[in-house]
Amino acid sequence: MEVFRPSTLDEALRLRAEHPQARPIQGGTDVMVELTFGDARPEALLDLSELAELRGFAEEDGLLRLGAGLTYTEAMQTPLASRLPALAEASRTVGSPQIRNRGTIGGNLGTASPAGDALPPLLAERAEVELASARGTRTMPLAEFLLGVKRTALAPGELVTAVRVRPCEGPQTFAKVGQRNAMVIAICSLAVVVDAEAGEVRAAFGSSAVTARCVVVPLAEAAELPERVVEAASPIDDVRATAAYRRHALRVLAARTLERCLRT
Amino acid sequence: MSATTERPRLAVGRIGERLPREDAVPKVTGEFSYASDLSTPGMLWGDTLRSPHAHARVVSIDVTAALGLPGIHGALTHEDVPGKKLYGLEFADQPVLAIDRVRYVGEPVALVVAEHPEQARRALEAIVVEYEPLEPVVDMERALEQEPLHPDRPTMGHGYRDDRRPNVVRHLVIRHGDPDIAGDVVVTGTYELGIQDQAFLGPESGLAIPDGEGGVDIHVATQWLHVDRDQVAPCLDLRPEQVRLHLSGVGGSFGGREDLSMQIHSALLALHTGRPVKMVYDRAESFTGHVHRHPARIRCEHRATRDGRLTSVRMQILLDGGAYASSSTAVASNAASFGLGPYRVDNALIETTAVYTNNPPCGAMRGFGAVQTCFAAEAQMDQLAAELGLDPVELRLLNALEPGDSLPTGQVIEGSLPTREVIRRAAALPVPDQETLPRDPLRLPGGTGNTTTGEGIRRGVGFALGFKNICYSEGFDDFCAARVVLHADGSAVVHSAAAEVGQGVVGVMLQVARTELGTDEVTLAPHTTATVGSAGSTSASRMTWMAAGAVRDACRAALEERERRGGGEVDVERVHRHPRTTPLDPETGQITGERAHVALAVAAMRVVVEVDVELGLTRVVWVGTAQDVGKAVNPLALEGQIEGGTAQGLGLALMEEIVTRNGAIQNASFTDYLIPTALDMPPVEIELVEVPEPDAPYGVKGVGEPPTVVSTAAIVSAMRAATGRPLTRAPVRPDDICL
Ligand SMILES: Cc1cc2nc3c(=O)[nH]c(=O)nc-3n(C[C@H](O)[C@H](O)[C@H](O)COP(=O)(O)OP(=O)(O)OC[C@H]3O[C@@H](n4cnc5c(N)ncnc54)[C@H](O)[C@@H]3O)c2cc1C
Repeated sequence: MEVFRPSTLDEALRLRAEHPQARPIQGGTDVMVELTFGDARPEALLDLSELAELRGFAEEDGLLRLGAGLTYTEAMQTPLASRLPALAEASRTVGSPQIRNRGTIGGNLGTASPAGDALPPLLAERAEVELASARGTRTMPLAEFLLGVKRTALAPGELVTAVRVRPCEGPQTFAKVGQRNAMVIAICSLAVVVDAEAGEVRAAFGSSAVTARCVVVPLAEAAELPERVVEAASPIDDVRATAAYRRHALRVLAARTLERCLRT
Repeated sequence: MSATTERPRLAVGRIGERLPREDAVPKVTGEFSYASDLSTPGMLWGDTLRSPHAHARVVSIDVTAALGLPGIHGALTHEDVPGKKLYGLEFADQPVLAIDRVRYVGEPVALVVAEHPEQARRALEAIVVEYEPLEPVVDMERALEQEPLHPDRPTMGHGYRDDRRPNVVRHLVIRHGDPDIAGDVVVTGTYELGIQDQAFLGPESGLAIPDGEGGVDIHVATQWLHVDRDQVAPCLDLRPEQVRLHLSGVGGSFGGREDLSMQIHSALLALHTGRPVKMVYDRAESFTGHVHRHPARIRCEHRATRDGRLTSVRMQILLDGGAYASSSTAVASNAASFGLGPYRVDNALIETTAVYTNNPPCGAMRGFGAVQTCFAAEAQMDQLAAELGLDPVELRLLNALEPGDSLPTGQVIEGSLPTREVIRRAAALPVPDQETLPRDPLRLPGGTGNTTTGEGIRRGVGFALGFKNICYSEGFDDFCAARVVLHADGSAVVHSAAAEVGQGVVGVMLQVARTELGTDEVTLAPHTTATVGSAGSTSASRMTWMAAGAVRDACRAALEERERRGGGEVDVERVHRHPRTTPLDPETGQITGERAHVALAVAAMRVVVEVDVELGLTRVVWVGTAQDVGKAVNPLALEGQIEGGTAQGLGLALMEEIVTRNGAIQNASFTDYLIPTALDMPPVEIELVEVPEPDAPYGVKGVGEPPTVVSTAAIVSAMRAATGRPLTRAPVRPDDICL
């Protein structure tokens, strides 16, 4: 198997255009599992881990630009954790310390699992995805980027380069249900953001529909949130949990996280 | 050959000392060499084609296309098995490779051998098997009326009850006193347990090397080298001495390595190619590559007097053995023998049925039948205590089984069994105060998931008592050999085939030899069938007892021999036997001699949980336990066994279950078969109760199983206290608590 190791974003985008069959790999915590299990046998890998352009985060005029290579460990640290507390809480639930050191939000978007833990907090913050190709750069709302189970709007030749968020000032939090106390895929999860400026509460849930999904209610009708979340969900029975439990747990989580936010 | 040759000298002390394991650091740093690390120049890779059907007729197998692929050195089917086509731990009912029928998803059908594992994998895809699917038998209750999966009834005629119902592996009825006798109160319940997996971290692996003279050396991770050899040799049509088994680094076993996995297969491929052949299962294959804990359905009726004395107990125990017998007959016997728990009950009727189905085969797993019945019996005791308004600990003390009492099989307990003392010591352990809020989410149910800041939390305290036997039972001629070589310079080498599977028998044997020989200059030779007799199995909590006995006897004999000769080098081998047992009467389930079981060990456990009753999530806060250990040979290693055994029981209480659909495993990965992490395990406070076992060397008892037997029952007892729900099924699902 061939491995391309570009050292600049331009080089990466050129390689991406020339070798459409090359699979991007950032932290590799999803890709390597697919390779080991034989679920994917790409002809080549495009290693993005050396690209300085994708690392870390930057802030300009209140707009945060999270590099696609931002790790969960980094998202859990200040100052980022105080700007995006729900993302920090979600990051803390991901895998183990080793996985959090390698795994990235760009990779979480790339995989687009309904259980991806970075997705609900970013959706609830109305994040935009920055996509680049040799042709140029475009952005789109994360909600539009996520098309289905492990399906995204990424076009041929494109890479996710960043996620852009303008953190709202109100309280926010994240909670995730799993059948053990750590290192577990979400049975369901929920991020809540109280956006006083916009006069609304946004809640985004994971593992209860084909994609992570966001629900918005006016602040004045915040009490409706648990019901609205359950209505928006279309969970299934699987080996991890029943659909009935997922609905029940979403309702409980919505009530609790909302209460937590409004209490503070 | 990296894994098995040299063993560094272990610097350990004498019996009774707290000693760290020599392999602890290499295991944590990743330097320990496991069977999956085995490697030798020129080796080929074997792989296994497995049945996708739970039940099907095999119409034809065509390996032609596979043989034409690059790097392929052979593809074998049942026709290439030179000797016996069937094998089994106790009953030869399992084909080495499927013949005309497959009985479970994952059953081996054909083998390939290639230069590279990837070539082997592709060759498997090129094998064409025509199956004619048959209706799978997947419900253990219905199995007793459906078409027999083994019409020749392989387990009948071995002194078991002659039960003509289809798919019976063993039916055992223990009738004791007058089970119809009335009580003032009656409690009934039906309990269920799912399939638990051993989930050992080191998958099945081994390396077979042809010796150039028709024989073969097999390096493998196993629990009993000699019983492997005795199953492998007849299938290869070789004499036992032509097949030598050598222990490689074992990454856990818990019963899952008692049955063969790739031993015969790798040897077949090695003899076929004349080259060393390695086989390693991946995680998914490992889930179908070994037997599991029997799922069970248990119906109970307990009768007692108003003041809490048990008058009569009825239990009906159904165990799903899956496609092949494995050790189901012995698991059934244990479930029945220890079904009541360590209580004195003068009247009982215990009926146990183990059945064949097309589910994954089940066999030995830590606790061996006693785990399932302890879960049921202890729930019944709690229910009885509630019914009578008695303290659950008092109720247990009142009915505690003690030496001089008899088991429902009629066996009078003559050895040590300090039931009351373990109850008292566990109950006396101070339960920690409830932690205040707010807390770090890691200290709340839901853990890192951040699901509660205190909402929905209920605390519960539970208690349970469990016991089981030590050593093999029912007339099995169980022995253990050890060989000691005393050199002229005073140093000694101990040879033993005892399998070190992580439990620490290596340290025990060195402690015994150092103590007996009075020298520190003792080393262990590699574990193999080539230089010493059988050690028996590392199972049934027997290895410490048996190895200690054998090494002690050999050391003493060696010293005598040297004394007699007046010095020089001596080399002696001795065989240690525990007191003989006899089978149970097939009709009454009563003993036919003095005893059917060798000795017993009991453990009591107190547990504190916090349950989020709205989300159904649980945090086990604290575990306190007192265990009857006979004599603590190495208290540190013993505490490790108790903590590990408790973790495994916690797994069964809260999360560990193999889920099947029409016989096919749905969660053959550590993503979806969850085992507890460090964040799920509470601190365990341990009281060791040392009442020497009179028949055992140094008074030791096995310690590996009692914590697993008792912990599932104790944890779910605490969860019932917290939730007020009956929780009759393990593992407890969040739905059972909050929906
Ligand atoms: C043990 C373990 C535990 C885990 N636990 C969790 C968990 O609790 N929660 C959770 O959400 N996930 C979990 N994961 C999954 C994984 O860690 C996350 O999805 C992580 O975010 C992936 O990031 P990565 O950088 O490792 O991605 P990679 O594996 O490198 O890539 C993932 C996917 O994204 C694509 N990709 C990567 N970068 C880009 C890019 N810049 N542009 C376009 N496509 C790209 C890749 O081609 C691939 O399809 C776990 C994984 C493991 C192995």
